[in-house]
Amino acid sequence: MLARRIIPCLDVADGRVVKGVHFEGLRDAGDPVEQAARYDREGADELVFLDIAASYELRSTTLAMVGQVAETLFIPFTVGGGIRSVADAGAALRAGADKIAVNTAAVRSPDLVSQLADAYGTQCVVVAVDVRRVQDRWAVMVTGGRESTPLEAIDWITELEHRGAGEILLTSMDRDGTRSGYDLELTAAAARAVDIPIIASGGAGSFAHLAEALEAGAHGVLAASIFHFEQQGIGAARSFLRERGIPVRP
Amino acid sequence: MIAVVDYGVNNLASVVRALAAAGHPATLTADPDIVRKAERVVLPGVGNYGRAAVTLRVTGLGDAVREVAQAGRPLLGICLGQQLFFSESEEAPGAAGLALLPGRVVRFVTPLHVPHVGWSEVRPTPAGERHGLTGPLLGDTGAFFYHVHSFHPSEVPDECILGEADYDGPFPTIVGQGSIVGTQFHPEKSQEAGISLMRRFAEWTP
Repeated sequence: MLARRIIPCLDVADGRVVKGVHFEGLRDAGDPVEQAARYDREGADELVFLDIAASYELRSTTLAMVGQVAETLFIPFTVGGGIRSVADAGAALRAGADKIAVNTAAVRSPDLVSQLADAYGTQCVVVAVDVRRVQDRWAVMVTGGRESTPLEAIDWITELEHRGAGEILLTSMDRDGTRSGYDLELTAAAARAVDIPIIASGGAGSFAHLAEALEAGAHGVLAASIFHFEQQGIGAARSFLRERGIPVRP
Repeated sequence: MIAVVDYGVNNLASVVRALAAAGHPATLTADPDIVRKAERVVLPGVGNYGRAAVTLRVTGLGDAVREVAQAGRPLLGICLGQQLFFSESEEAPGAAGLALLPGRVVRFVTPLHVPHVGWSEVRPTPAGERHGLTGPLLGDTGAFFYHVHSFHPSEVPDECILGEADYDGPFPTIVGQGSIVGTQFHPEKSQEAGISLMRRFAEWTP
């Protein structure tokens, strides 16, 4: 039995974990190394670390912090933010990441996804896709949600699978930070479109929201606010999901 | 002393860290003489079977690992390291593995997505329940371990399969014979269950 995954996310800016609403109005949520150690202790299935201030480069300060976080973890660890080349990805992997996440750089240069898959294997390549509903379509957004693209989310995800993405981190910007639940329609449409795992992100406000996204077809659920601020434990989330009949680790 | 063999593959630091967390500091080394003299040896690995097989041969590390196994000292292979215990893999036809275990390595044939990635439950086989390392580790209920792989052992005699997981059918995910144990999954990424495996390996008397 393959367990569904609970994945806390550390959005990091200037060395601190932060969390906003619709990607804006960032609040401080602690020290990345301490938070990572806490989530490992509580039994998170993976951890995602996104340097949200690093749209332009993978900075050496970030790499040093990735190394410190990796020291505390015995679970798979994804690092994103400012990865624009195979060399950037290699640097993140050497610093202790198990997978790397790309977003804007994949939209600007889709070949990068294939290059990363060739260099490190598809299992290493996570593509983050930020989506905003614009009238009747799901628009792919880049540069931390500031810039719209002509790409339609489901078409883009399908292309990413063909190009060698190992999984998709699918964030609804409309729901981000609102704690009103994941965009289940988007999650389900993405899960139907591709065979690679979809990680639902954006909007988790309760354990029931985690369950709904997994029932809609997500392989994993990413959450920040509910774990950072509420002091709700991963263990309690896992118990809740198990009682709903969702396969999770004991 | 536990030697972790450095043969140019990824994920070495996390293996050393997991052993340290298990209370057993280890030495990362690319020196065949240090490997040869170690009390216990871990052969980790993420990468390509063919390239790894060549590296083990040209560096002399493969011979050193083989000597450790022949001397009956505990040897743990992880993921690609475990696959190299077999003589061959469909990943690199013609490449010669260490041929320490009977069987071969094959690609998943399944409509499911390959690679198989994630936390999968590992159940002990009858041989695994009797085994000194896997018996107490898995009990009779099993445990979840983190897998990332496209290839897996096959044609392994029952007595050498210690644990199985399912991905469109069962496949061997812990194999072993005598003082050799190999895991298809990554104990260093499997939290408490993985650290427990590392500790049991470090304290295991085959």
